[in-house]
Amino acid sequence: MRGFGRVACAACAVMGVVVAAVGCGGGAGIGGPGIVRASWGDPQNPLEPANTNEVQGGKVLDMIFRGLKKYDPRTGATNNWIADSITSSDQQNFTVKLKPGWKFSNGEPVTAHSFVDAWNYGALVTDKQLNAPFFSYIDGYDQVHPASGVPTARAMSGLRIKDNRTFTVRLSQKFSTWPDTLGYSAFYPLPRVFFTDHSGWLKKPVGNGPYKITSYTRGAVMSLRTWDGYHGPDAVRNKGVDLVVYTDNNTAYTDLQAGNLDLVDDIPVTQLKNVDKDLGGRYINEPAGVIQTITFPMYDAKWGGATMDKVRRGISMAIDRAAITAKIFQNTRTPATDWTSPVLGAKGGYLAGLCGDACTYNPAMAKSLIQQGGGLPGGRMTIGYNADAGSHKEWVDAVCNSINNALGNGTACLGAPVGTFADFRRQITAKTETQPFRSGWQMDYPLIQDFLQPLYYTDGSSNDAHFSNADFDKLVDRANSESHPALAVTDFQNAEKILAQQMPAIPLWYQHGSAGYSSNISNVMLNQFSVPVYNEIAVRSP
Amino acid sequence: MGHYVIRRLLQMIPVFIGSTFLIFFMVYALGDPVAALFGDRAPDPAVAAQIRKDLYLDHPLGAQYVHYMSQVFAGNFGTAFNGQAVTALMGSAFPVTLRLTLVAIVFEAVIGIMLGVVSGLRRGRTVDTSVLLLTLIVVSVPTFVSGYVLQYLFGVKWELVNPSVSFAAPIDQLILPGLVLALVSLAYVTRLTRTSIAENARADYVRTAIAKGLPRGRVIRRHLLRNSLIPVVTFIGTDIGALMGGAIVTERIFNIHGVGYQLYQGILRQNSPTVVGFVTILVIVFLMANLLVDLLYALLDPRIRYA
Repeated sequence: MRGFGRVACAACAVMGVVVAAVGCGGGAGIGGPGIVRASWGDPQNPLEPANTNEVQGGKVLDMIFRGLKKYDPRTGATNNWIADSITSSDQQNFTVKLKPGWKFSNGEPVTAHSFVDAWNYGALVTDKQLNAPFFSYIDGYDQVHPASGVPTARAMSGLRIKDNRTFTVRLSQKFSTWPDTLGYSAFYPLPRVFFTDHSGWLKKPVGNGPYKITSYTRGAVMSLRTWDGYHGPDAVRNKGVDLVVYTDNNTAYTDLQAGNLDLVDDIPVTQLKNVDKDLGGRYINEPAGVIQTITFPMYDAKWGGATMDKVRRGISMAIDRAAITAKIFQNTRTPATDWTSPVLGAKGGYLAGLCGDACTYNPAMAKSLIQQGGGLPGGRMTIGYNADAGSHKEWVDAVCNSINNALGNGTACLGAPVGTFADFRRQITAKTETQPFRSGWQMDYPLIQDFLQPLYYTDGSSNDAHFSNADFDKLVDRANSESHPALAVTDFQNAEKILAQQMPAIPLWYQHGSAGYSSNISNVMLNQFSVPVYNEIAVRSP
Repeated sequence: MGHYVIRRLLQMIPVFIGSTFLIFFMVYALGDPVAALFGDRAPDPAVAAQIRKDLYLDHPLGAQYVHYMSQVFAGNFGTAFNGQAVTALMGSAFPVTLRLTLVAIVFEAVIGIMLGVVSGLRRGRTVDTSVLLLTLIVVSVPTFVSGYVLQYLFGVKWELVNPSVSFAAPIDQLILPGLVLALVSLAYVTRLTRTSIAENARADYVRTAIAKGLPRGRVIRRHLLRNSLIPVVTFIGTDIGALMGGAIVTERIFNIHGVGYQLYQGILRQNSPTVVGFVTILVIVFLMANLLVDLLYALLDPRIRYA
C-alpha cells in the first residue's frame, strides 16, 4: 500500500520534471493584413545564390534578389534588369553596363564589384558552391576551380572591372546566348556583408530584391516583407509573404482547405481528382520548364552498341504517353515530342513533333524495330527509379506495362526501385547502373541550350547517359558561336534531330507546375520554373 | 539497488556502441550523400571532393565511425547540410516531440487503463465485447489512415482545430496529434490491462481482501490494480522510446517539426549526421526508459528485489 503511494509520487515527479523541461510553446502566428501565407519546403542547403540548386531555396532568392537579367513570367522573354546593356562583337568578350540607382536593402549600392565578387566566390572550389559549374564558361575558371588539387588563383581572369558600373567578361569559348543565362540565381550580386559577416548573412540574407527577410526560423517559417527602398520595374502588390515549411504536401493542402494557408504550390497527386471541387477554379495547372526522360546507360556495351539505336527508338515508340499522362497524372503532364519544353516558346527553340515517329506510340512498329536491333539485351530490361519520392513507381510500372504489351511479353520490362534518391544518384554517377533509369531535368534558364548541352554534349556536366556524338557536339559548338539567336536555335534543333535518331534518352512528358490558392488572394500565376510570382499576388483586404 | 543500477549502466555501454555502429554503418552505406546534394544534376567532382573532405567522408568507414564518436563525446554532433548544427536541430526538435509523447502517454495511460479495468471487471459482458471490438478496429487501422481521417474531420469538416500544428507546438494544439499517436498503443494498454485484471480478479489475495470486508473500490484500487499494472507499466515504459522515434508518420501528417520530421528529412536527403545523431539520442532514451521500468517494478512489487 505504501508502495503505490511511492510509485505515484515517483511518476508525478518524473512528469513534473518533463513538463518543466519541455515548457509550453507559444510564439508568433503567421499572416496578417496584406500578407500572403504560402507553403514552403526546407531549403536543402544554406541560402547562398551559388549554392542553391533546388526550387525551395530558389523561391526565396528570387524574392530577395534581382540580377542582371530577369525572365518574364508570362512570355519567358529575357529582359535586362540591373543590366543596362550586355554587348559583344565576337560572342566571346562581353561588356556589361549596369543601371544606376540599384541598392541592397542595407543601403549599399549595387556595383560591378557586387557581381564580380559574387561570381568569383561562387566559382572558387574551396567555397564548395554547388552551382560553381555555371561559371565554367568564364575564362580563368580552371584556375579557381581545378578538377583536383588546390586552386592557383582566387579570382577568374576573365572578369575585369572597368568602373563602378561597368565590367567585362571573357569567356573560354564562344557562347552567343550567354547573356540570357544571367537571370539564373547563381549570377545574383552579393553585398559586402556577405563576405565580411558570412554567418550573420546566412541567418538573415540581405539582397537587392523587392522583399527583405524580417525573420527566419530555420526549418519552420520565413517572414518576408516588402522593402520600401525597392524601385525596380516590378512593383509588389502585397505587403509581404510568410513562407511556412510543410513536410507533407497533403497537410499543406488540408490547411489550404481549412483556410489557414493562402497558397500551395505543390498539389498532392492524390488530390488532383478533387481539386476542382475543393478549390472552385482557384487552381493553376500549366507546363513548367521540366522534362522527364528515361536515360540509357550509353557507357554500357549492351545498351550503347552499334545497332542498339533501333532498340532504343523502338522502346520509345512502345510507350503510350497519352494514356499514362491522362490516367496516372490526371493531365498534369503533357506527352513530350522533343527534348526541350513548351515554356521556351517557338522562338526559344521549342518545336512540337521534332522527335517525330520515334516519340509516337506505335506498338507494332516498336516491336519490329526492337527485333531488327537484336531485341532487348538479354531479353529483358529494367527501369531504375528512386522509390522515396514522387509517384515514380506508378508511372514506371505503367511504362513497363506499355512496353510489355507492345512486345507481347509480360516480363520483358520491370521497374527497378532504389531505396533512396541519394543511392539512386550514386549508382548513376558511379556508372554502376547498367539498365535504363528515370531522369528529370529542370531548366536553369529558359534557353534551348540548357536542355541540350549539359545533358548530351560529350562530358556535359549532367550527361548521365555519357552520350557522345561528334556531329551533335559540332552543331552545339556552332550554335554557341552564331551571332543571331534565331540561327543558334536552328543549330540546336538540328542537334536535337540527332537525339531523335540516337535516342540516348527517351522524352516522356513535360511536367506542369500546379498551385492552389485561397479566396483571400488573386492574380496568382506560376513562372516557367513553376514558382509562384509572389510580387504579383494581390491580397483581398478584410 | 545501487549495485544493480551501476551494473545496468555499465551494460548499456556495449549496447550503445553496438547500436550506434549499426546505425552509422547502415546510414553511411546507403548511398552517397554528396551525390544527393546535387539533385538530378551530376555532381561537380571538385566540389564533391571538397565536401567529402570537410565531412570526413574520404576516410574508410571504420575511421569515420571512430572520428564521429570522438566528436559526439565532445558534444559535437556535426553539422546538417543546411549549415545548422545538429545539436541546434535537436534543441528545437526534442522538446516538441517530448510534448507530443507526453500527451500521447497521458491518453494511453488514462483512457487505456480505464477501459481495461472496466472491461476486465465486466468480463464477458456487453461492455467487454464492445471494447474488445473497438480495440481490434483501432489496432488494425494504420496510423496514417486514422491521422488523415481525424485531421480532415476535426480540421476541415467541423473546423474545431487547426489541421496543422504551428511551429511552437503548444500543448493544446498537440491534443489531436497526441491522440492519433496514442491510438494503437492505447488499444494495447486496454487489452493488457483487461487480461491482467481478469486474471488477478480471481487471485487468492483479492478473495482475502473481499473476505476481510474491505470496500470494493479499495479492493480494486489498492490490491487488484496495483498487482495488475506491472505488465502495463512495462509496456508504457518501453513505449516512450517507441513513440518518440515512431512519431514520423504523425508528425508528417500534422506538420509537427519534431524528431520524426528531422529524421524523415534526414533520411530523405541522406543527411547522415542528422540521422545518426538523432537515433543515437533515441537509443539513449530507450535504454534509460528500460532501466526506469525495471526500477519501477521493485516499487510496484515488493517481492522483486534487485541486488
